Amino acid sequence: MISVKNIKVLFGKGTPLQKQALNGVSLTIEQGSFVTVIGSNGAGKSTLLGVLAGDVLPSEGEVTIGHTDVTRKGTAARAGLVARVFQDPLTGSCGTLSIEENLALAARRGESRGLTPALGAKRREHFRERIAELNLGLESRLGDRMDLLSGGQRQAVSLVMATLAGSEVLLLDEHTAALDPGMAEFVMNLTQKIVTERKLTTMMVTHSMRQALDYGHRTIMLHGGEIVLDVAGDSRKTLQVEDLIAMFRRIRGQTLDDDALLIG
Amino acid sequence: MSQIAFWGAVELGLVYAFVAVGVFLAFRVLDFPDLTVDGSFPLGAAVTAVLIIAGVNPWLAAAVAMVAGAAAGIVTALLNVRFRILNLLASILTMIALFSVNLRVMGKPNVALINADTMLSPFYGLGLRDFYVRPLFVGILVLVAVLIVWRFLESDAGLAMRATGANARMARAQGVDTSRQIYLGMAISNALVAFGGALFAQTNGFADVTSGVGTIVVGLAAVIIGETLFGARGILIALAGCVLGSILYRIAIQLALSTDMLGLQASDLNFVTAALVTVALILPRLRRGGAA
Repeated sequence: MISVKNIKVLFGKGTPLQKQALNGVSLTIEQGSFVTVIGSNGAGKSTLLGVLAGDVLPSEGEVTIGHTDVTRKGTAARAGLVARVFQDPLTGSCGTLSIEENLALAARRGESRGLTPALGAKRREHFRERIAELNLGLESRLGDRMDLLSGGQRQAVSLVMATLAGSEVLLLDEHTAALDPGMAEFVMNLTQKIVTERKLTTMMVTHSMRQALDYGHRTIMLHGGEIVLDVAGDSRKTLQVEDLIAMFRRIRGQTLDDDALLIG
Repeated sequence: MSQIAFWGAVELGLVYAFVAVGVFLAFRVLDFPDLTVDGSFPLGAAVTAVLIIAGVNPWLAAAVAMVAGAAAGIVTALLNVRFRILNLLASILTMIALFSVNLRVMGKPNVALINADTMLSPFYGLGLRDFYVRPLFVGILVLVAVLIVWRFLESDAGLAMRATGANARMARAQGVDTSRQIYLGMAISNALVAFGGALFAQTNGFADVTSGVGTIVVGLAAVIIGETLFGARGILIALAGCVLGSILYRIAIQLALSTDMLGLQASDLNFVTAALVTVALILPRLRRGGAA
């Protein structure tokens, strides 16, 4: 479960570039629920994700993940509760380490790290099984450096990494945005499978309205640092991409310059 | 080159292998350009020399030197992590300060260890000539150090340190406290370098406040020569490359200086060093360029 109460985030306080990135956002996501988040550039999507991940500490408000108050905890301190896949495939894994070393790192997320060899036979076998499930043929390349993989392969491995250790919440930060359409679909299907199988409480930020409506149980639209739309259940089922675009237009009071970007 | 000169070069190379491994940890594992070593190397030598003269067991003296080196590394890490001073500048500040600290520790610019008991004393006179004993003794210590550092870097804890240097953002998302890793890594790195200084004082019979000048270049030279020769193929090979690089560097210097044809003299040492490191840096590029 995730609960944020009246979150305010102010960037560049006291400077000419001061910006209220989040202006009193409150949101509760139930255990096992999959929420998609949309909004235009600068709406506050990434900031909200950052607040949950610990990268951004809010100036006001409360953040609870599971049953732990994490408002003042940094990224590393709450990593045991939060699994995450980044937008940029290069950010989510270490290019200079091997695939299995990346997996070993992720397998100990949020736990103490001692002097046990990181790649014992048992762990290797476990990693091999998990990577084989991807059907990408990577199980024979576990010793290869991560930066030899394509962006899509890296995102797929990142998804496996996110589920090696337990977590209260899975955060997906436009994790298919940097991929070609084919690979994006593969990673999205994989996401759906993993989230459903493991009943993960998930929040996915996306630029694609199609994705936002096709996946998950609930959709939230952010604008100007506030939640302007929150739909779930039957009313969401009937919602079309066109409806969302119309809503976007109304909110912004102007025509969008690039519909294609939103429909994508 | 005489046999004594050759084994002398090997011995010095093995002593500086500790510097090379320390520099490898800072520069390559943590991606932290650390010049503290120019101060922590003579610090190790100074602490050891003063303690041995005061009658302390030489092994204990070397252990204290390591603690002193670790403290120096922690100061640099503190300046960088806590006070946000650029890593390179933070290390230069510590290095400069250590020059004065080292003078204070010794009370004078150099301390002689003639006739004092050292870690090596029990091994002289066992039948092996002295110029074999020293490289053999230091070589065994290097082997132990390399094995320990290797096991560490391939453990869960070591992986966290490598991730910190490779991708700090990812490391934090995996629950790694990257600040703590920098403290720990800088402490281990400078403890190794100070241990090298401690061995230097004991094998050469003196500690000198100026002996640290250029330590970082020598360490980097060893790391780079090792990488040029072995490439990037795992931690153990990289560490072995550091050690071999350090030895080869000393032999190359010895060769350059002892070849009459070149007309070089001892005072040309720094120039030869710079030239060697430059060649080691350019060589891989040329090789790659030739293949393309």
